[in-house]
Amino acid sequence: METGSPEGTVAPADQPVWRGLRPGLLGVRRLLLVVWTAVLALAAGLLPGLLVGPGWAAWALLPLGCAAWCWWLLERNWRSWRYAERADDLLISRGVLWREETVVPYGRMQLVEVTSGPLERRFGLATVQLHTAAAATDATIPGLDPAEAERLRDRLTELGEARSAGL
Amino acid sequence: MTSPDGTQGVPDGGIPSGGGPHDGTPHDGTPQRPPVTEHRLHPVTPFRRAWAPLAVLAGWAAHDPNGAQEQLDRLTGTVLLLGLAVLVPAAGLYGFLSWWFTHYAVTDTELRIRTGLLFRRTAHIRLERVQAVDVSRPLLARLAGVAKLRIDVVGAESKDELAFLGEREARALRAELLARAAGFAPETAHEVGEAPARVLLRVPPRELARSLVLTGATWGSLCAALVVPAVLWLVTHSLWTVVGTALPLVGAAGASSVGRFVTEFDWTVSESPDGLRIDHGLLDRAHETVPPGRVQTVRIVQPLLWRWPGWVRVELDVAGSANSVLIPVAPRAVAETVVARVLPGVTVPGGLSRVPRRARWCLPVWWRGHGLAVTEAVFAARSGLLCRRLSLVPHAKVQSVRLTQGPWERRWGLADVHVDTGADKTVTARLRDAGEAARLLDEQAERSRTGRRDALPDRWMSAG
Repeated sequence: METGSPEGTVAPADQPVWRGLRPGLLGVRRLLLVVWTAVLALAAGLLPGLLVGPGWAAWALLPLGCAAWCWWLLERNWRSWRYAERADDLLISRGVLWREETVVPYGRMQLVEVTSGPLERRFGLATVQLHTAAAATDATIPGLDPAEAERLRDRLTELGEARSAGL
Repeated sequence: MTSPDGTQGVPDGGIPSGGGPHDGTPHDGTPQRPPVTEHRLHPVTPFRRAWAPLAVLAGWAAHDPNGAQEQLDRLTGTVLLLGLAVLVPAAGLYGFLSWWFTHYAVTDTELRIRTGLLFRRTAHIRLERVQAVDVSRPLLARLAGVAKLRIDVVGAESKDELAFLGEREARALRAELLARAAGFAPETAHEVGEAPARVLLRVPPRELARSLVLTGATWGSLCAALVVPAVLWLVTHSLWTVVGTALPLVGAAGASSVGRFVTEFDWTVSESPDGLRIDHGLLDRAHETVPPGRVQTVRIVQPLLWRWPGWVRVELDVAGSANSVLIPVAPRAVAETVVARVLPGVTVPGGLSRVPRRARWCLPVWWRGHGLAVTEAVFAARSGLLCRRLSLVPHAKVQSVRLTQGPWERRWGLADVHVDTGADKTVTARLRDAGEAARLLDEQAERSRTGRRDALPDRWMSAG
């Protein structure tokens, strides 16, 4: 499985093994970007071009330029997402400009959710979401292989049961 | 056990559960070894609902006085009487039926409430998950000798309450619920009775009054209530506008001064084996019980003007509970001893490590207010420059830890550490040095894991 970050590299015992997301997620996001850019560019080019003059069709370059920038941003964002299962907690790290790193102890998990929308299913992706008793806990891992998502879900549930603690 | 009115015991109303007293509902197929006695609420309860339609009418009249006057003029005396003759018995009937169809029962592990006339609702509340039990007695209920029992559970949006019970009944039920929740043997649970309480703190009325005088919000609302209507009168000369704006403002001013004094009057915090007890109120008496180990966070708040008398207010968060004040006002040393009782093994850290000086580029002036201390037992973060609030989270209550860093913070090598607790409150240590924050994140995860290992079990008395 090709992932955004090196996977399974030899690491010292106390160092977490980081895993990245599936490249498929980047593909889906870029596909969505292309579709929306095409619509916007068409609207921005056609409307002024027909109503005012052909020269004004250059407005279409604006969404295209934005899209090119977003194309690059999406990859950076996708690369920044990673997660690691440690002995007692799950680490999730994400974000480029606004970075966030979350630690959720297994014993605190109330519910593990695996979701997969129609588009995600088409590209063989699934999302795992962890809920604790605190609503502020935002532990979501998008873009996982469905098999990996199920493995993670089962492992988290098992570990959660073993280390369960109340509120 | 006696039921509220003494007549609704087992024979006619309280049929042992398993089928429910209403025929044709054999849905409850689970076999119940010991018969569960169902109870009804106090017979005074229907009157609580009976006046609701009248209150709606009164509310409408107050909202639209001119329209109400017109309608009243059109109605003749007979129509009015007829209307009342229909409305009052209908309301009475509704009150009676809703009372008739409400039952509750206590089993070994659950409190069951069955209610609803058209839409039936059955709530089974697991006793070891109970976060707090409140007994409140509003003024009228005090006159009638009844009380309201409210049970806080995590995740339930509407609080389950039993209103009303006889006063003795409510107290006995509260004691029994807590005894069962604590893990006493079922046979002895309702004989354990009320656990003895030891008073930790009582707020004298004079101190409470002085603290309200020293609160900015009191003066702010009073000034608003005086100044805004006066200005409006000068500008508009319209009586109705002035009255319309003055009434809510005066109401707010009253609520923040007299209202607070009345609710926080005779505030008593006591300690007992079944948890922390809070009693307060001049007219409406309220009684809250928080079982041990349920407190998620404690906040020590010190408004600017309270610094010279050295007073603080203490607030606490319990999952699923709306009540938050633990001590409305007390000298800091006294408050700290109470906090030490509420969170066992916790001492309020004195010296906090301040944020690095370069944080002033991220948060001018206010950076001075932020501070952090991590001890063996708690994560304590302070914020606020004028009104200082120190939030304490025991490590055992931490649900997740997060580190966030925006681009500007990264430019200055700073980061924020958030600690999420089960009461949906997040305590944030802002603007820590980035390296320190990363270390904190790691250590905090480790600490909360080891802290949980020696936390009390849910059924705290069965531990040994």
